[in-house]
Amino acid sequence: MTPVTPIPAPPLSQVPDALGRFGRFGGRYVPETLSAALEQLEQAYNEAIADPAFTAELDGLLGAFVGRPTPLLFAKRLTELAGGAQIYFKREDLSHTGAHKINNTLGQGLLAIRMGKRRIIAETGAGQHGVATATACARFGLDCVVYMGAEDVRRQAPNVRNMRFMGAEVRPVESGSRTLRDAINEAMRDWMGSVETTHYIIGSVVGPHPFPRIVRDFQSVIGRETVEQCRRQLGRLPDTVVACVGGGSNAAGMFYPFVDHSDVRLVGVEAGGRSGRPGDHAASLSYGSPGILHGSLSYVLQDVDGQTADVHSVSAGLDYPGVGPEHSYWRDAGRVEYTSVTDAEALDAFDLVAQREGILPALETSHALAWAMEEAGRRPPEEILVVCLSGRGDKDAAEIARLRGLSADGTAASA
Amino acid sequence: MSASSVAASPSKVSVLADLFAALKTQGRAALAPFVTAGDPDMETTLAVLESLDRAGASLCELGVPYSDPIADGPVIQSSYTRALATGFTLERLFEVSRQATQRVKMPILAMASYSLIYRRGIDRFVADAKAAGLTGFVVPDLPIEESDQLDAACRQAGLALVRLVTPTTPPERAEAIARKSTGFLYCVSVAGVTGARTDLPAGLIERVKWLRTKTDVPILVGFGISSPEQARAVAKVADGVIVGSAVVRHLAEAANQPREAFLHGLEGYVGELAAATVRQSA
Repeated sequence: MTPVTPIPAPPLSQVPDALGRFGRFGGRYVPETLSAALEQLEQAYNEAIADPAFTAELDGLLGAFVGRPTPLLFAKRLTELAGGAQIYFKREDLSHTGAHKINNTLGQGLLAIRMGKRRIIAETGAGQHGVATATACARFGLDCVVYMGAEDVRRQAPNVRNMRFMGAEVRPVESGSRTLRDAINEAMRDWMGSVETTHYIIGSVVGPHPFPRIVRDFQSVIGRETVEQCRRQLGRLPDTVVACVGGGSNAAGMFYPFVDHSDVRLVGVEAGGRSGRPGDHAASLSYGSPGILHGSLSYVLQDVDGQTADVHSVSAGLDYPGVGPEHSYWRDAGRVEYTSVTDAEALDAFDLVAQREGILPALETSHALAWAMEEAGRRPPEEILVVCLSGRGDKDAAEIARLRGLSADGTAASA
Repeated sequence: MSASSVAASPSKVSVLADLFAALKTQGRAALAPFVTAGDPDMETTLAVLESLDRAGASLCELGVPYSDPIADGPVIQSSYTRALATGFTLERLFEVSRQATQRVKMPILAMASYSLIYRRGIDRFVADAKAAGLTGFVVPDLPIEESDQLDAACRQAGLALVRLVTPTTPPERAEAIARKSTGFLYCVSVAGVTGARTDLPAGLIERVKWLRTKTDVPILVGFGISSPEQARAVAKVADGVIVGSAVVRHLAEAANQPREAFLHGLEGYVGELAAATVRQSA
């Protein structure tokens, strides 16, 4: 990736500024109706992180409720297969609810309570953020409404069921492409009319300031643990850290504690879909241009007028035409490399990791795994490569079977 | 207005000021209908703008279709989807604006997402709008903190940049917004998305009266207004009434009628609204 702007003098981690800028990216492009609530959220967040009681409560939940710290696991048979660098998994799939999303929803749930808001709304793509939000709301006794594209309701049915089990109302969104982007639009519209009593728990490092910062901070527990585990278990930091990027929350949380360690290579893997043609992929940083979507300036897949482009990914969680503004900042600063992996490569990685490591990874995560295996083979055995194993793949099993024409028990369908 | 007057035109902001001064003398509030450009096609939009002008609209908001309009309810959102599906582009927006502003006397402002303005380039978007004879902009997703560049470009071009205050805007902030607003101030009646509502929200009249004490900029009230009764009540305290979703819905419902019939219906409806903006003498 060619750096477009020179790397600024202060450490890369010293963002965003007071206006929510990550370099030129970020900001707050929202209807005036939401301005006061975003101010309130920013203030509540700043007060909360300065309050030892808040930090202690969140840390306690991350331990006993989520099961943190999640382990750093050596992927022995995958490393043998790749024949190069040692591959490690940061096991976010072992978090309660099966993905990293819970780190953020517990933090924002506690913030909502501090602000006196007892109704929560959220959007979800793969359903992991929806489940994590429903979980936090059940734990805290908050009302929960989750907006989910109708196409995603279909392909991530187990998560929809689990949200309902925990008392959340799931509202399928039939507008537009009926995926994550439309779910965010509907959640924003709900918030426009309910903002005085409702908190919107955004699930990724996207949206207007201060969301990209708040979500990054709550997810940074992933990277902080990884830094510490690498030092303790391996005696040094890794050479390369890899994560998948849709909106980019697991990647932001993993990368952020590493960005000032300039000798650690950071790689974000986007959804390459069916091909590099417009409409066939969801790789905003690889193919997009700076634009404003959902309240912030970042790389966006859009047409010449600025209308958001249609996107595709086999993975509902990566099926999004934008990306968090901090990723755009890291991209242009040349700090993080962004690449993409196709649907087919991700599905192959899913099989390999299932069969050689005994882990069913989420399809989102499978994108990072596909790139990691390729890359490990090109690197010497003394190098260490850590993959953020952001979520488990149970939610995808039925869809993968369907894509392959298999019956529900995983055998070839006879009909 | 003749085409030649555009080149040597005075600031569009002063054109709006003259308009509001004239309305005041006539004892009426402005009626500002909203229509979506290109819904269902540009030819219809041009005819609709002429109808609105004939029916007594004082000015018009021309909605620029955007793929992800988070401030809009289902009626306007659907109109954007229809327009985009039939090939709406910004080139066609400026072309139809150029034709419309030569044919109608009411000023036309573009209601456009900042996403579209940013993508085209702020200076280029403003220059294109000016060349097309547009009077200014309402940018529903651009808060004052992010608006310096567009503000500077509009001032340079003599175009209005109308700001919005909402029920969730704290008083001090509302004053700051009013100070920055040029042309008029858009007072959003309810917290929520666009869409017709049956009643006027509680506290609206008081809020407009309070704003009136804080600014000399004309105040137009919009969001949720659809009936002559609502328009009449608002016209008593505000300088104008904006009617959006109700007009758009009228067009959507009449889509299958012959054009003359639905334009006739539209003119009747807008004429009633216009009559309702005349303040009864006390």
